[in-house]
Amino acid sequence: MSAWPAPLRALRWPVGGIAGAWLIVIVAAALFAPLISPYAYDAQALKEAYGSASAAHWLGTDEFGRDLLTRLMYGARTSLSVSAIAISLSVACGMVLGAAAAWFGGPFDRTVMVVVDLTWSFPEILIALILVAIIGPGTTGTMIAIAVAYLAQFTRLTRAQIMTLKGETFIEAARSLGAGNTHILLRHLLPNAFAPVLVAAMLATGDAIILEATLGFFGLGAQPPVPSWGGMMSAGSALVFKAPWIIVFPGLAVAATVLAINLYGDALIAELDIRSKLRGAG
Amino acid sequence: MSALLELSGVSVAIGNVALVDRISLRVEAGRILGLVGESGSGKSLTAMAAMGLLPLIGGRVTEGEVRFAGRDMAGMSDAERRALRGRRIGFVTQNPMTALDPVQRIGAQVDIVSRLHLRLTKAAARARTLDLLTQLRIPDAAAVVDAYPHQLSGGMKQRIVIAMALAGDPELIIADEPTTALDVTVQAQIIQILGALVRDRGLALLLITHDMGVIAQICDRVAVLYSGRLVEEGPVGPIFANPAHPYTAALIDCIPQEGMAKRSLRGIPGAVPSALAFPPGCRFHPRCRRATETCRDDAPPLLPLGAGSVACHHAGPP
Repeated sequence: MSAWPAPLRALRWPVGGIAGAWLIVIVAAALFAPLISPYAYDAQALKEAYGSASAAHWLGTDEFGRDLLTRLMYGARTSLSVSAIAISLSVACGMVLGAAAAWFGGPFDRTVMVVVDLTWSFPEILIALILVAIIGPGTTGTMIAIAVAYLAQFTRLTRAQIMTLKGETFIEAARSLGAGNTHILLRHLLPNAFAPVLVAAMLATGDAIILEATLGFFGLGAQPPVPSWGGMMSAGSALVFKAPWIIVFPGLAVAATVLAINLYGDALIAELDIRSKLRGAG
Repeated sequence: MSALLELSGVSVAIGNVALVDRISLRVEAGRILGLVGESGSGKSLTAMAAMGLLPLIGGRVTEGEVRFAGRDMAGMSDAERRALRGRRIGFVTQNPMTALDPVQRIGAQVDIVSRLHLRLTKAAARARTLDLLTQLRIPDAAAVVDAYPHQLSGGMKQRIVIAMALAGDPELIIADEPTTALDVTVQAQIIQILGALVRDRGLALLLITHDMGVIAQICDRVAVLYSGRLVEEGPVGPIFANPAHPYTAALIDCIPQEGMAKRSLRGIPGAVPSALAFPPGCRFHPRCRRATETCRDDAPPLLPLGAGSVACHHAGPP
């Protein structure tokens, strides 16, 4: 028993600590990019184009002479906010759908699960491409696409949780003391279902960053000149031999961030002791 | 005195399976009725019936009446029945280990009952909770309200569950095996607490258990269930002195006694029959030493005997 809450305990050295430290750095960079970035993200300096790392540009410059470090920080802003908002949206909708399915059961449950399973049977990238094609490229489209792509996971997980919890003694106890449906659902079932969903959301955010970068790479995410990691890699892909740093650094940023999220997520699972519950997602 | 809770000829079925067969019970204010029987005898179902909670597990009352404070519960609306639960009938669940919500603090879980039923403000409910916990002899109640269930011991959790049952200021407490999951020393404390509540507050208590020892400690009357039927009912003293039904006698023999170390405890041979295949006649006859031809064919009716009643063709001392 520890006085610290699980999310803090998960920061245990070395793995959780290093992962957590990287996440703090990257989130801080994203939040404070306008304050701490050395240049403006769209400040061109054509004379300095294709510059490698130097004192003036720590990570070098791109084909328009824009500072890569600056663009990487702004890219973090795009990638992280799009992924986080998309996953939050997905979690919110998934919990409502999953809880309703488990609660009402019967035909409603079956309908929801069929629809949700249907979205799950397509590759995420395909769903995302179709949705972006409908909504149009840009951050809004990307967010909705990512949210829909992960909806099935959260719906199933919440449903499985609620189904199990419904039979618990404390639910029977609450009912025998006069608690109504709304009270039981909001005060007992959803809060108890939340921990595994939180961890699943954490891990899905890592996947969402990759999906966001992929859509950005295809030119379907944030539109230029707003930087995104995927967009930067796309631009750098033509220049792999001439100026490899243009693609390498955003690539490393994606890899390190996703790895950190997964490692931290694993540490959190261990702390919350919910590995077995996550299997309920099927 | 009129009974607070009265079951008359209540039968309960789940689906097509009849599990409880025409049971009649009375629980009066200031009294403790013990309902005893082996697992599967229908004890918990009887409790669910008394609270109007059978539909939750797919069961229903097929016959007879459950009356609370003179009103037939079948004639109440769902909302009326819900308003009784927690407010006038408090329930203490079987297993305190899982009876509390693991993600809510103790205080919040107890507060909500009086906030819901007595319409108390947050502060008033908390004051009431602290008061209740102190009355239940919980040390350092002010710290306990901020704890989570996993930080408390089993006995402590059971007191919290009792506090929740009391928070709505009920007249009747139904306790379903309140001590089964606890170790022996803690069991005795919980039994004392329940007994004191009935004495001090004039509560009625329906105590469900499979432990005759618990019955002997605090109950006024005892009702013995076997396979969904009442086999014997009456005041505790006479029944323990002279059990008329062989099953009651066998249950009393299962209580460990002082000086018994030399000879082993006696069990009851055989097993409780399945509800899908109750034996004909007296349901206890396959395990009964007094069983005769009559017992195999005729179910004995429940007939008055002394201050209680018994259902046996060969009732009397062994």
